[in-house]
Amino acid sequence: MAFKHLRTALAVAGLALTATAASAQFAPEQPECIAPANPGGGWDFTCRQVGKSLQDLGLISKTMQVVNLAGGGGGVAYAEVVNKRGDDNDLIVAASSATATRLAQGAFPGNTMDQVRWLASIGADYGVIAVAADSEIETLPELLDMIKNDPRSVSVAGGSAVGGWDHLKVLIAANAYGIEEVRNVKYIAFDGGGEAVTQLLAGSVQAFTGDLSEAKGFVDSGDIKVIAVLAPERLEGEFSAFPTAKEQGVDAIGANWRGFYAPEGMSDEAYDAWVSMIGELYASPEWKEIMAANGLAPLDLQGAEFEAFVSDSVQQIQDISREIGIIQ
Amino acid sequence: MDLMSSLGDGFLIALTWQNLGLAVLGCFLGTIMGALPGLGPSNGVAILIPLAFTLGLGATPSLILLTSVYYGAMYGGRISSILLGIPGDEPAMMTVLDGHPMAKAGRAGEALSLSGVASFVGAFLATWGLIFLAPQLVKFALLFGPAEYFALFALAFATLGGVSSTNQAKSAFAAMLGLGLAVVGVDTQTGVPRLTFGEVHLYDGLDFLVAIVGLFALSEVFIFLEHRHGEADADSKKIEVGRLTPSWAMLKYCTPTMLRTSVLGFVAGVLPGAGASLGSFISYSMEKKLVDKEGTFGTGDPRGVAAPEAGNNAAAGGALVPMLSLGVPGSGTTAVLLAVLLSLNITPGPLLFQNNPDVVWGLIAALFIANIMLLLMNIPLVGLFTRVLMVPPRILMPIVAMVSFVGIYGISGSSFDLLVMIAFGVGGWLLRKLDVPLVPIILGTLLGNTMENNLRRAVTISNGDYMTLVDSPLSIGLWTVAIVGFILPIFVGKVIKGRMRNRRDAEGSTSD
Repeated sequence: MAFKHLRTALAVAGLALTATAASAQFAPEQPECIAPANPGGGWDFTCRQVGKSLQDLGLISKTMQVVNLAGGGGGVAYAEVVNKRGDDNDLIVAASSATATRLAQGAFPGNTMDQVRWLASIGADYGVIAVAADSEIETLPELLDMIKNDPRSVSVAGGSAVGGWDHLKVLIAANAYGIEEVRNVKYIAFDGGGEAVTQLLAGSVQAFTGDLSEAKGFVDSGDIKVIAVLAPERLEGEFSAFPTAKEQGVDAIGANWRGFYAPEGMSDEAYDAWVSMIGELYASPEWKEIMAANGLAPLDLQGAEFEAFVSDSVQQIQDISREIGIIQ
Repeated sequence: MDLMSSLGDGFLIALTWQNLGLAVLGCFLGTIMGALPGLGPSNGVAILIPLAFTLGLGATPSLILLTSVYYGAMYGGRISSILLGIPGDEPAMMTVLDGHPMAKAGRAGEALSLSGVASFVGAFLATWGLIFLAPQLVKFALLFGPAEYFALFALAFATLGGVSSTNQAKSAFAAMLGLGLAVVGVDTQTGVPRLTFGEVHLYDGLDFLVAIVGLFALSEVFIFLEHRHGEADADSKKIEVGRLTPSWAMLKYCTPTMLRTSVLGFVAGVLPGAGASLGSFISYSMEKKLVDKEGTFGTGDPRGVAAPEAGNNAAAGGALVPMLSLGVPGSGTTAVLLAVLLSLNITPGPLLFQNNPDVVWGLIAALFIANIMLLLMNIPLVGLFTRVLMVPPRILMPIVAMVSFVGIYGISGSSFDLLVMIAFGVGGWLLRKLDVPLVPIILGTLLGNTMENNLRRAVTISNGDYMTLVDSPLSIGLWTVAIVGFILPIFVGKVIKGRMRNRRDAEGSTSD
């Protein structure tokens, strides 16, 4: 196949151009990033964007090969890394809150979070709850009151399946507001945040739960209004207009972090090199621009810190999921 | 006119030697990827993203390269559908129905060039639609809630009757089988895995490409193996290629079909929940309902080739409308293009036309360029493509098997998918023995999931009230068409068929 040859040729050309850029002694020979979903999703974006930026910054000398290993909401890739690629030094895998959610709920059969090494985060996408621009609802408590009085009157749309992160976010908020039977909250699952927002605009549903980056374009155009950001405090820049849930008396925080894990058997040398490469990328002004353009908020965690963070977030999700009866 | 000057600017951006070179490269690679079973437009585009990044291309050149691949793959999918009866990708599936019989009847050249022209017409009209109607169409797409989507899918299935030639009961059975297969995987509305047997590979459901390649390509190989000893069989069907270009008469004869199905396909493409596969499906089945009075669809009717090809290429253009103006991908391929835009720091959405007019109009100009290039590239190549038919089956079939395995493994990198593909191959072989049509199975698998989800979304939103399904004028309209399309042929079909038979005797053959 022609493109294979082309790609090899380009890879060779790339190698010739950049001699040695990374300062670390370890340099991946065939850098590879597994996006555990089909092209076009958030994980795919994480791999491609980071791969491109690492190369632009000269941190890796070769084009990062992005492999889409879809299936099982990331479970197929996780099992592949654990079982078959356990000691690959050149491999990183995109992950996010969705990965932690599934690990917490035991949705990767037989796999746990300590079977891989968690590398670093590249930012976080705070959760938002939004309504259509012409909606009468102005604040989060108003919406939650409506749900409290008659859960059947409000349909909340989100891009994840039932039990997924978008669903959990609205449940976290409802729970924090004192709604006892959170299971009654009517959540409608769509195929991705974009479709969910579209249905909010179409008037099929009353509210939307998703990530800030998914809502951004529609806020700019004045089609929807964000009634709460699930962040600890107001975000910076253009996002500072959005009220947090916390300041409205609903103590709910939900961040969809994005980051990477690596195989458990990766050598310490390689692990440290990857951690420092991603750390360097995160610190670069180029990456700051990308974060701003995509509505990513800061979340600067590497190595052991990140590992602890993921572990906490798995624990937290497990607690909520148990509370709302998604897991026993 | 304002739009025209914007378009002129777009051409200024697009018409550089580098961009033209990229368009040629993209069209060529796209056509090949579309033709290879297993590699569809979305994978084709995904494979070339690294190339765009490595070359350090800017936003517009990258998009030109990738949309050329997209359109190229939409063109290319028809080639293997017609020549081998194996769809190169999902949207090209309907082209098998009449394209392959035409090839078998020694009219492969005509079928290929006609479908090339139909693809051109579909894509060309869709691009104009994109220019003039994008803002209005967004409003139209917003009329579709879950209930309306469900009605639309129901409409598609109601007109399924006789998509495949002979036995209605068998095609209904095949559709049901497909709908059943669509159930496999984690149910998004409850988060519960269904029929996955604890196998994590099945959580996302069955991959359509795996199913298509297994059902069509592998079963073909199995059939060949079975008949291998009958060497005479291979000799007896001495294949003729026929003329390479369609006659003017045939083009004229197919023009109304192409125009109608372009519109239909475009509309299906605009709806984010529908997409190109539904576009070609509904184009074919509606066209059949409309013009197939003589029962020639499914036996090599040129209109049956023109309809789905115009439809799916128009849908490909239509799918760009929600992608650009809502940031919502209407198909797998537009999802990939969306990701590319995002990684180039361009946020598609309601403000794209204002914020990045150079990108939008450059892209639209690129679509025109790619489309014309593809037509010019495809018509002369018909002679080359048809040579595939000259390859004796004993050489061709192993190649088909190899391409299938390599293709599927190359995309998913999982041996589990290969096993699923083999299972589908064996299943397809059995079903062929039983004379069950294969196309409705794929349609069921492809559309069943979305159809079910929309039904359940609608009913959940209305708190279990099924009347919500007929609650808006739009859904009532869709249901009416569905019911009429389903019932009418049963009552009046016989009368019309009888009358047409008489008339056909009188007029002689018009289909040539």
